[in-house]
Formats: sequence, structure tokens, C-alpha cells
Amino acid sequence: MAPRIVALTAAGQGVALIVAPRVVALIAALAVAGLTLGPVGAVLLRAGGWGALGPGDGQALRFTLVQALLSAGVSVALAMPVARGLARRRFPGRGALVALMGAPFILPVIVAVLGLIAVFGQNGLVNGALRALGLPEMTIYGIHGVVLAHVFFNLPLAVRLLLQGWLAIPAERFRLAASLGLTRGALFRVLELPMLLRIAPGAFAVIFVICLSSFAVALTLGGGPKATTVELAIYQAVRFDFDLGRAALLSVIQLALALSAGLVALKLGAGSGFGAGLDRGVTRWDGQGVWARSADALWIVLAALFLLAPLLMVGLRGLTGLVLLGPGTWIAAGHSVSVALVSTALCILWALPLATRRGELLGLAGIALSPLVLGTGLFLIVRPFANPFALALPVTALVNALVSLPFALRILRPEAEAVRADYRRLAQALGLTPLAWLRLVLLPRLRRPLGFAAGLTAALSMGDLGVIALFADPDRATLPLQVYRLMGSYQMAAAAGAALLLLILSFGAFWMFDRGGRVNADT
Amino acid sequence: MKATIFAAGLLSASAALAETPVLTVYAGDSIVSEWGPGPRIEEMFEAQCNCDLQFKPGDLLPRLLLEGDRTEADIVFGLNTDVTRKARESGLFAPHNVDLSPLTLPIAWEDEIFLPYNYGHTAFIYNTERLPEPPASFDALLEAPDDLKIVIQDPRSSVSGLATVLWMQAVYGDKAEEAWEKLAPKILTVTKGWSESYGLFTDGEADMVMSYTTSPAYHIIAEGDRSKKAAIFPEGHYFMVELAAKVASTDQPELADQFMAFLLSEPFQEMIATGNWSIPAALPREKWPEGFQELELPEKVLFYSEDEAAALRDEAIEAWRRALSR
Amino acid sequence: MLTLEGLVFRAGAYALSADLALAPGRRVAVIGPSGAGKSTLLDLIAGFRRPERGRILWLGQDITGAPPDRRPVAMLFQENNLFPHLDLRRNLGLALRPDGGRLRRGEDIAVEEALARVGLDGMAERRPGALSGGQQSRAALARVLLQARPIIALDEPFAALGPALKAEMLDLVRDVAGELGALVLLVSHDPQDARRFAEEVVLVAEGAAQAPVATETLFADPPEALRAYLGG
Repeated sequence: MAPRIVALTAAGQGVALIVAPRVVALIAALAVAGLTLGPVGAVLLRAGGWGALGPGDGQALRFTLVQALLSAGVSVALAMPVARGLARRRFPGRGALVALMGAPFILPVIVAVLGLIAVFGQNGLVNGALRALGLPEMTIYGIHGVVLAHVFFNLPLAVRLLLQGWLAIPAERFRLAASLGLTRGALFRVLELPMLLRIAPGAFAVIFVICLSSFAVALTLGGGPKATTVELAIYQAVRFDFDLGRAALLSVIQLALALSAGLVALKLGAGSGFGAGLDRGVTRWDGQGVWARSADALWIVLAALFLLAPLLMVGLRGLTGLVLLGPGTWIAAGHSVSVALVSTALCILWALPLATRRGELLGLAGIALSPLVLGTGLFLIVRPFANPFALALPVTALVNALVSLPFALRILRPEAEAVRADYRRLAQALGLTPLAWLRLVLLPRLRRPLGFAAGLTAALSMGDLGVIALFADPDRATLPLQVYRLMGSYQMAAAAGAALLLLILSFGAFWMFDRGGRVNADT
Repeated sequence: MKATIFAAGLLSASAALAETPVLTVYAGDSIVSEWGPGPRIEEMFEAQCNCDLQFKPGDLLPRLLLEGDRTEADIVFGLNTDVTRKARESGLFAPHNVDLSPLTLPIAWEDEIFLPYNYGHTAFIYNTERLPEPPASFDALLEAPDDLKIVIQDPRSSVSGLATVLWMQAVYGDKAEEAWEKLAPKILTVTKGWSESYGLFTDGEADMVMSYTTSPAYHIIAEGDRSKKAAIFPEGHYFMVELAAKVASTDQPELADQFMAFLLSEPFQEMIATGNWSIPAALPREKWPEGFQELELPEKVLFYSEDEAAALRDEAIEAWRRALSR
Repeated sequence: MLTLEGLVFRAGAYALSADLALAPGRRVAVIGPSGAGKSTLLDLIAGFRRPERGRILWLGQDITGAPPDRRPVAMLFQENNLFPHLDLRRNLGLALRPDGGRLRRGEDIAVEEALARVGLDGMAERRPGALSGGQQSRAALARVLLQARPIIALDEPFAALGPALKAEMLDLVRDVAGELGALVLLVSHDPQDARRFAEEVVLVAEGAAQAPVATETLFADPPEALRAYLGG
């Protein structure tokens, strides 16, 4: 009997496996809440109360909502056929294409806008072709231009999220469908529709929230004050009127909109996963007809053209500028790379314990909060304790991590939940320690989404201008800031070169992490 | 033992610091960049002051207002007239004590706190190869066919955008809203800042861009390109000046005074033209760099005092917003 | 003894009660109609579900509130008994080192021996995906051997195997349990499994787990509930 008693008392990690993650999750959640509500509170405290809305704020709110709904809707709708095509076709270069098509999402706004204008602008490729054919020209300026740009930015994200959903349907299900001889419609209803209903609302919500706080895109392509967003009103309040009360009020409205969108999406996106399945590449038997093949091919080609042509233009414009880059730009590039690495580590550490329904909702606050209010609030909080100049890079890294959190969570949550559903009991029965669970089960099982999330975070941090305006240090500029500085000093060619460098670095970082997550992940 | 060594090190370090006082200058981002005048200002001033001049970039006034009198700034460099009123009311700045007689501005300037170091005027820039016959006046621009496309900046997010609105107000007064309505179909788009607009223009998106009378000087001097010109209107052009001021709470008052005086000195004034691509505030035209002497400048210069501008500003922006929202 | 004392479990409209005792070292089949609560009973014993009322005792010690790994129970589930991304050595090693640490020399040998015992010698480097269904079951069983707990709970882990393979696995379970002197609880929907494997049968039907009855006795004169289930 003696050894049995030992067996009875020796372990006891099951409790730790439940309690420890909760504690960590609570700390992570408090950090997010503190970093979003804290700055708003600080701004509000400084302002001495809420301000009043200005003239035109109502119109701005309306426009913000409309453009965000349209942008998110169009992005997700277009992503469906493209992701399906990519999910069921195998062709040489597919992996590279999927990776490349993700690039627009990680581009700094101004670079992407100039790339889009080079294709769709007055003087762009499309109008050049239309002129040559004697057809009427198009204009990119107006609400459709804003939506076009937002779709350009966010279609890649939507495609990737949906593609992930498609690949997560176990091969066994498709095999079953094939053996049952399900029709295309039946297969869609039985397998694909439930997946879409589960994934699409979340993708919609994330994109909606990103577009809520859009500023430069809406302004540049919107064609005028008709296209004013809430974020511009906040900018005006902080930088020109120094009306912090109004800025706080507007940013809370924006935050409330985003969280409502998140709540609705979570409600709609509830539902079960697909179980573990075995880690084998998905082979599909459906969609082999000529029509299905041509339709897939057409969607893939169209999406690739739409996403890659502006990138190509950014590349061409920047090529000559690359040689003009001075040492300052290279140093800035170095800063950007280190900031990106730190942000990535921080964001992943943050995301793992928060990869739950409530965590994801909370995470949305990170992108929903106006960067300007965030920066101003952090400045007010940090200022009594430390010199904000010295903290320029750490604060940038922290804010980038916070801003990337919703994307990391969107990517990680479904798979983290699946891992928990499939292996939690086994781990409990074995009495795995929390660390062993993390190291041996959670991290290895999440390799693929972790790589994707880390790549995205790294790239976003590389390209994001964030809150640096108040936390600037002359010797520690980041590359996006350098692009703006160059443009502000008439150095348009050098700016294009720096933008290309930024594109290369962002994309390189994304590719490396994403690749790292996928290598050997199939076995 | 270790503690003593550490303390000794600290003492000698602070002693070394005490030997070279630090002058902290808050300046705009474009000033501080390697392409801006910042590095040359630092070099020139440090040669004469036996001090360490440190530029800190970022938002100038919002930042200073947030910091209040605990700011470490000694000088703020790069303010515009649209914020001077707010800045003055804050009480954070001290008189500059600089003799203003060397100023060569096209308007009278007697401000004892804000010291101008360079200036320019609002102007629409065009490309002579693309637009051989630009509108000859503001009226002509309003009446031009709608396929003439211009790019402007948003007055709510950009200094030059606000200057544009005030320019329109100064030329058309009560009729400014109607004027904006006439201009509206020609406005290709409105951007957040000057950089985006100018980028669109150099990419050939628009025929004209809202910029400064001094912009052609950059193309002439740096690129040898004489095709970019400012359209000069007889109705007049709005005056845009850049200012520096001494922070009242400075712990280096003598150095700060020395820096303020340095701003109107000839070496600085000769440098700032090509350093900041603007007209020196205290240098006769014959001493301007060659490219600047070629510039076409307006005969009539429009300007609102800060009190006038403050009174007009909100309504001028609203008129712009209403007209362009239709 | 494993004693379930006035145990009541409720989830919505569903309820299960149990009041029974099982002797150490016995082989017990848990049978009953689908949905009656066979798996729930095992979950209660293994600690994955909490009863609303009653106590669970092992050798007189109350384990009702103990977490799964503090119970004397090793469990095999219907699926996901092995981590697919870890090789067999690491999968089995977790039974000895729940913190995932490196196996010590003796432990290393114990893993090899456990694999050899279930007929998988030399396969320590393989991952579950590279094994057949029967081999995966054997590997899971080898881990149970390493866990060396006095109760082995099997929740239909062999349901997907063919009849011959399943019989082979049940024989292996009998041998392993015999070596450990462990009480085995086997959930099955196949009366043949019970006859072949179990000394006693616990019938779960109509919201209650009944006291164990010797297998022979039970099948010789099946009670009403069992007759309905057997379709006889």
C-alpha cells in the first residue's frame, strides 16, 4: 500500500494548472485595462472634466461609422472567395504568394497611400490604361477611395484569418464529405458555413475597430472635410485647441463603439471548434470541376493584382531613393528593428494568458483607443517619475505591443481554446505543472498561429508611428518617423527609399516569424 | 570602499557636467532631422557658447503646456503665429531682449516674446511643364475650369492648412465661404499635413499644391530644377513666420539669451535659408543665397495679428468645412 | 475500497446517483445504455466533475475534493490520450516528471521497459501520428503502467479498434492491472467486453449506478434494466 499513498500525495499540480494561469491572465488583463483606461483617466484628470463636442463632431462620428462598417464588410466578403481558393488549390509559389499578399497590412499608412495613388490615382496605372482605351477616368478620392484603401490594408488580414479557419477544418471531415458525395452546396452548409460563422464576425470586428481610428487614410483619400473621422477631431482637440476634455470625451466614444462591435462579434462568433483531428495537410476532394477551378484562379489573380500592384509601385518608387539614404536612416532602421523585437516578445507574453473570449474583447481596447490620447495620457503618467525623452523607445515598444494585441489574440484564441479543449483533461490527469503545460503542450501546439501572430506584431511595430510624437528623442528616431522627416524636408526620393527599406524590413520580420512557425509544424 | 569610488565617480561626472552647461531646445521634427537645420545650428552655436546644445523633437506647445513650469526646455524653436496667443497666455515664456531693428520682414514685428528667424508666404506651387499658364490671380483660380486639380491641407491638423483658411479669409472676408465653394470642385483632396500634399504634387497627382513661396528655392538649389514655381496673386499672400522663444523657467538664462541673439546674427541668417528652406528674417535680399534671389515674391502681404486670427479662426475653419462638405 | 457514498451529480435535467463500493484489484465493467452516465461516473471518480452531494473515499481517505492528479486514478480517455507533437519518450516521461523536466537515468530505463512491456520496444522516438491505432493504445497503456496508480479508469479508449485488436488490448490491460494490483474500471457498451474482461459489473441506468454484481450472476439472470439494454 505504501507506494500508492505516495502516489496520492506526491503530485498535486492539478490545482496549480488551473490557478496559476488565472492569476497570470488577471495580471495581463489588468495591465491592458490599466494601459488603456489609465491614460484616458490621466487626460481627463488634467482636463478637469469632460469637454463638449464641437461643430461637425456628429458628422465625423457618422462618417467614421459608415466607412468602418463598409470597409470591414467589403474586406471580409472579398476575403471569403479568395481564402477558399487558396485553401483548396495547390500551385507552385502558393506559400510565397500567401505571405506576400499579407504585406499591405503591415505597411505604414503614408507609404501604402502613395502606393495606392500610384495605381489608382489621377496619374496612376489604372487611369493610364483607361485613357489609352478611351474610357472615362476614375477618381480614388471620396468615400469609395477610403474604403478601397481600408480594404487594401485589411483584406490580407481577413484572408489570413479565414484561410486559417479553412485549414483548421480537419482533413477527416472533408474525407467524410467526399465519401458521402456531398454536393457543393451541402458541403458548404455542413463544413464551411459553420466555420465562416465562427471566424468571420471576429475578423469583421477587428477590421471595423482598426478602421474606426483611421485618420490619415480617411483624410488623404476622403477628398475633404466630408471624410472627417473622430480621430481627426481628437487630433485637432489635442494638438491645436489643447482641449483635453473634448479629446477624452471623443476617445471614450470611440472606445465604446469599438467594444460594442467586439461584444456583438463575440456573441455571433460563439460556437464550437472542430476538435483536434490529426496534424496532416488538408487534402480536398471537392471543387475539382472546371468552373470551381477557374473561379478560384480568377479570385486569386484579382486579389494578387489588387494587393501586389501598389506594393510593386512602392518598390519601384523607392529603388532610386535607396542609394540616397544617409546614416541617420540606417540608425533609425536599427531602432525600428529592436523596437519591433521587444514589442513582439511583449505582445506574445501578453497574448498567451489572454487568449480567451473575455481577453479578446479586452484586447480590442488597445487599437480602439486613440493613439494620441494614449500618448498624451502616458506622458502625463510617466512625466512625474521619469524623463519622457529617455523613455521614447521603451514606450513605443510597449504601445506597439498593446496595439498589436488584438491581432495576436484574434489569431491565437481559437487555436488556444482548441488545445485547451483537447488536452486539458489529459494534462490534469497527469498533473502537469503550469510551466510544463506551457512549454510542452501549449507553445508547441500553437506554433503555427504563434509564428503568424509574432510576424504580424513585428511588422506592425516596425511600421507604426504610434505615440512617438510626445516621446521623441532626436537620436532615437524610428524608421517611419524618419520617412515623415524626410518628406517634411522635401526629400521625397529619399523618403521613398526609406519607405522601401521599411517595407523590406517589415516584410522580412513577418516572413521570418511566420516561416519559423510553419517549418516542421506539419509533423 | 566600492561606495566611495562610486560616489567619487559621481562627483567627477557632475563636475564635468557643470563645466559644459546644457541648453535644451524643443524643436519640430523636421528641424531636428539630418536634413533639417538642427545639426548645423548645433554646430554653429556650440562653437561660440562653450555649451552643449541638445535638441528635443516633438510636439512643441502641447508638450510644453503639459509639462508646465517643470519643463526642462530652455528654448522653444519653431512655433507658428497660430499658437502664440495660447503660448503667451500660458505665461511660460520670458521676453527675448533682442534688438528687433535688424528684422527685414515684410510686416512690422514688435513682439517682445516671440522672435522670428525665418518666413515665407502661402502660395500655390505649380509645375511649368504641366501648367504653362497658371491662374494669374486668386479670382482667376476660383474661376478656373474644374479639371484644374489642387491639393490642400486640413486646417484642423496642419499649420499650412490653417494659414490657407486665413489667407482665404483675408482675401475674401465675408465671401470666404462662397470662395471655398467655388474652389471645392478643383480640390482633388485634403491631406493631414504638408508632406502628404507635396508628395502627391511631386508624384504628378495634382496641378497645384498649397505650399510656400519659398518651395521653388529648394528645387532650384538642391535639384537645379526651375520648373516648380509659385503662382503669385495680386490679391496678396498670407504671411507665415517661424518663431523662437525663451522659456521663463530656464535654468540657463544667459545661455538662452545668447541663443536668442544668435538667431538674428548674420551667420545664422545666412545658413537658415537653405537650412530650413525659408526666407531669413533679418537679412537683406541681396545677401540671400542665389536660388532665393530668383524667387518670385508677392508685393502684397496679408497677415492677421494673433488676436485677430483668434477671433476669426473658428469661423474661418467652419466656413471651409461647410463649403467643402456640400 | 473505493467507496461512493450517497453520491449525487446533477447537470440541468440530468442526474446521476451512486452508492457503492469496489474492492482494490478487481476488474469492473461499467455498462449501460448510451447517455446513462457511464463516462460521468468515471469523471466523478477521476475528479473531472464535482458531485453535488456525497463523498468519494479511497481506502477510507476522502478524495471528493482532490484535483485529478491527487487522486489514485490513471485514466484513458476516448481520444487525445497522447500529445501528437511529442514523441513517445516524452509522452510517457510526463507520467514520471509532470514538470516536463529531463528524465533521470532510472526513469529513462523505466520508460523503455514500459514500452517494451506493451510490445513497443524501440519506438520511443516515434510520434503518435506515425503509429497505428493499436500501437497508440498500447503507448497510452504503457503510460498508465508508469503512472502506477491503484485505480485505472478506461473510458472506451479501444472503441475504435477492431474486435481482435480490442480483445488483445483488454488482455494487456488485465496483465498490466494484475502487475500493479490495480482496480480497473472499464466503460464499455459491448456486453462481450464485460463477459470477457470483468469480474464484476456496475450497471448504470435510469439515473443510478447500481452496486457491483459478479459478471456471471448478472448475465445469468439479467435485471430488467439490463435486459432492456441487451435487447433480449
